[in-house]
Amino acid sequence: MCMLSRRAFLGVLLLALTAVPGAATAQSGGKTIRFIAQADLRSLDPIWTTAYITRNHGYMVYDTLFAMDKDLKPQPQMVDTWTVSDDKLSYSFTLRDGLKWHDGLPVTSADCIASIARWGKRDPLGQKFMEAVDKMTVVDEKTFSIALKAPFPLTLEALGKLSNNTPFMMPERLAKTDAFTQVTDATGSGPFKFVKEEWVPGNKAVYVKNADYVPRKEPPSFAAGGKVVKVDRVEWLYIPDAATAVAALSAGEADWYEQPPVDLLPVLAKSKDIVVANVDPLGSQGILRFNFLQPPFNNVKMRQAVMALVDQKDYMRAVAGDEKYWQVCASMFICGTPMASDAGGEQLLKGTDLAKAKQLIQEAGYKGEKIVLMSATDQSIVNNQALVTAELLRKAGLNVELQANDWGTLITRRAGKEPVEKGGWSIFHTWVVAPDMLTPALNNPMRTNGDGAWFGWPKDEKVESLRDEWFKAPDLASQKRLAAEVQKAAYDYVSYVPTGQFLIPTAYRKNIEGIIVAPVAFLWNVEKK
Amino acid sequence: MFSYIVRRMLATIPVMGVVALFVFSLLYLAPGDPASIIAGDTATLDDIIRIRQKLGLDQPFYIQFGTWAWNLLHGDLGISIFTNLPVWTLIKQRIEPTVALTISTLLITIPVAIPLGVVAAWKAGTWIDRSVMIFAVAGFSIPTFVLAYILILTFSIGLDVLPVQGYVSFRDGFGPFISHLVLPSVTLGLFYAALVARITRASMLDVLSQDYVRTAQAKGLSNREVLIGHALKNAAVPIATIIGIGIALLISGVVITETVFAIPGVGRLVVDAILRRDYPIIQGVILMFSAWYVLINLAVDISYTLFDPRIRY
Repeated sequence: MCMLSRRAFLGVLLLALTAVPGAATAQSGGKTIRFIAQADLRSLDPIWTTAYITRNHGYMVYDTLFAMDKDLKPQPQMVDTWTVSDDKLSYSFTLRDGLKWHDGLPVTSADCIASIARWGKRDPLGQKFMEAVDKMTVVDEKTFSIALKAPFPLTLEALGKLSNNTPFMMPERLAKTDAFTQVTDATGSGPFKFVKEEWVPGNKAVYVKNADYVPRKEPPSFAAGGKVVKVDRVEWLYIPDAATAVAALSAGEADWYEQPPVDLLPVLAKSKDIVVANVDPLGSQGILRFNFLQPPFNNVKMRQAVMALVDQKDYMRAVAGDEKYWQVCASMFICGTPMASDAGGEQLLKGTDLAKAKQLIQEAGYKGEKIVLMSATDQSIVNNQALVTAELLRKAGLNVELQANDWGTLITRRAGKEPVEKGGWSIFHTWVVAPDMLTPALNNPMRTNGDGAWFGWPKDEKVESLRDEWFKAPDLASQKRLAAEVQKAAYDYVSYVPTGQFLIPTAYRKNIEGIIVAPVAFLWNVEKK
Repeated sequence: MFSYIVRRMLATIPVMGVVALFVFSLLYLAPGDPASIIAGDTATLDDIIRIRQKLGLDQPFYIQFGTWAWNLLHGDLGISIFTNLPVWTLIKQRIEPTVALTISTLLITIPVAIPLGVVAAWKAGTWIDRSVMIFAVAGFSIPTFVLAYILILTFSIGLDVLPVQGYVSFRDGFGPFISHLVLPSVTLGLFYAALVARITRASMLDVLSQDYVRTAQAKGLSNREVLIGHALKNAAVPIATIIGIGIALLISGVVITETVFAIPGVGRLVVDAILRRDYPIIQGVILMFSAWYVLINLAVDISYTLFDPRIRY
């Protein structure tokens, strides 16, 4: 009896010793931000992979020559001054004073040229830009020039590309790495330094303030402006379970949860210590993609029939829930942005037209061919869209088979061109963040360049030639006109069907201030009070 | 005994060889491709093909397996496709949380479960026995994630006395180290305690009906001496077996618990690797798991000699 009492006493004592009230909050130092990132940081090279988490890592440690502001206009970032010749064939760029790599060496023109060249081998816009480049030349340590074979009006937009692949500047020794081989040294010149020794993939990535970084004087605006770091350290936490992440934020073990799932937002919104806000003004676009090589969607009338079935409201309710987090949008180039228009997409604004769909199916001569609709059950946005599509196709009398995969399997299977009888596919869903869809230059699913196109491999000369014209457009008015034309052509051909535009809100504790309204979660300018 | 241990240790080599070949073959045949994941959602087929070439994934099976096996024989488990870190480095990062969680779970489980099982058998048919069995059924029945959320809600959110998630190394302070282990250990401990208590009860019931127990009681020995000195020792072989299996399972990773509490253990390492098709990690970790299983089985077999003098190797 006496022993039991002693054990019980020791147990209580141990609990008292280890369980410090408010222990969670006590762990967060005043100058450390604990940020629950959208995904696990697995690779460090934002040119090698297009994972958004790696792009975000890129913004922490690297800098860019130009950067997009909130009006989607490129502003100088590492560049101090630049000139362009009257014939638009020659650009000269001079770097700002005081730019240094994290290893202390100065940023040079040679570093920038090597970085542009590597980016130009992977990024679609970069490839287009490099086709126009005649040569890039070092003028001096801080100045370099780019000579073009033909005017490329999007030069600054390309160098300031906001999302994948963002042309981050790397030291020449790293930028000379083959573009298809991963760079594993995260030495950049950006506002934060990556602490590789503390990196535990699947758990945590750590950044510290780069004390040598010289921010621009302008206020921050999207990726442009002064990148003033107001904390000593940022810890990116990867918490795979959303409920745990919400609990961690509620308990003060984390300061900012980048992308909480919509079904848990009401829980967060009830907390007096937490702010739920939308800091991404553009959002993302849902996508329905066909296999253009195989029946029945090698027939344009069948694709038009599916487009007539789509009611974006159904998709968005399934994907984003509350109406304040989504909108119906007929633009392939994201509503609310300069290239947006309804051209060719008017059907999407009307919602489901079953009669028209059935008429088109009949005209297509559909004979009950099996439609394989691939879903990824581990990606709720993909899976929810697929469930809606399956229901719509069944309503129209189509022979649809919904096949459940995990995302890793889906993205492998979609690379296969075989007919459905041999493991092929007919439709899959995904979603893309708005910055990757803003113009004909960026919007990859819209392209119809056959074997070189995105999965599904659509081929249509008209879309491609109009897209080429768009690249040459000398001013914004011409760009808008041509963007509407290329979109109309893409809708006529139905290169893909947008299923709506939705936002993913963020949640942070009330003592966090200064979050920049932008499509990417930037950690500069953020303060912890 | 020594020659037995050496023989068993040597027997692990062909076992691991078969496991290696089996796992490699399964991964080769399974759908999925790390190159597609690396290239990203908007990549073209050409991009994926180039990445596959760079990673050597376009090579025939026998070359890929041969290269991997040759490196393995030289002590090299390979490099993670995504992180580009050595697989051994990634495993090393995860061993400490996993071992700490295993030990803390056992420290919670064994002192609770074995006495409960012994008392339940001793008081078979009474309310005490029924209470222990209710506890055992509850331990089996409550899903791990449900219990985990209840504990988080109560002790982390409600009372604010324990952290929600994460792992802190003992090098960063004993207090935080223990406090981060309490909830996951209790979550896992309930299931294992239920299992061990049930096995202990069943084994003790069998032993308590034996003649030598009746003889011991007739000799006037106290209940404690009979239960612990005579009955429990003879009932220990199945209990040791189930504890051994439990240790092997815990070390192999308890994915749900690790996921809910965001503990960077080996279980999550391998599941994450499977989802993104990081083949070198999957191969390395499963090979390590197989070695652990063999060694723990060996340790359990050897422990039998401590409880039962009739067992000799």
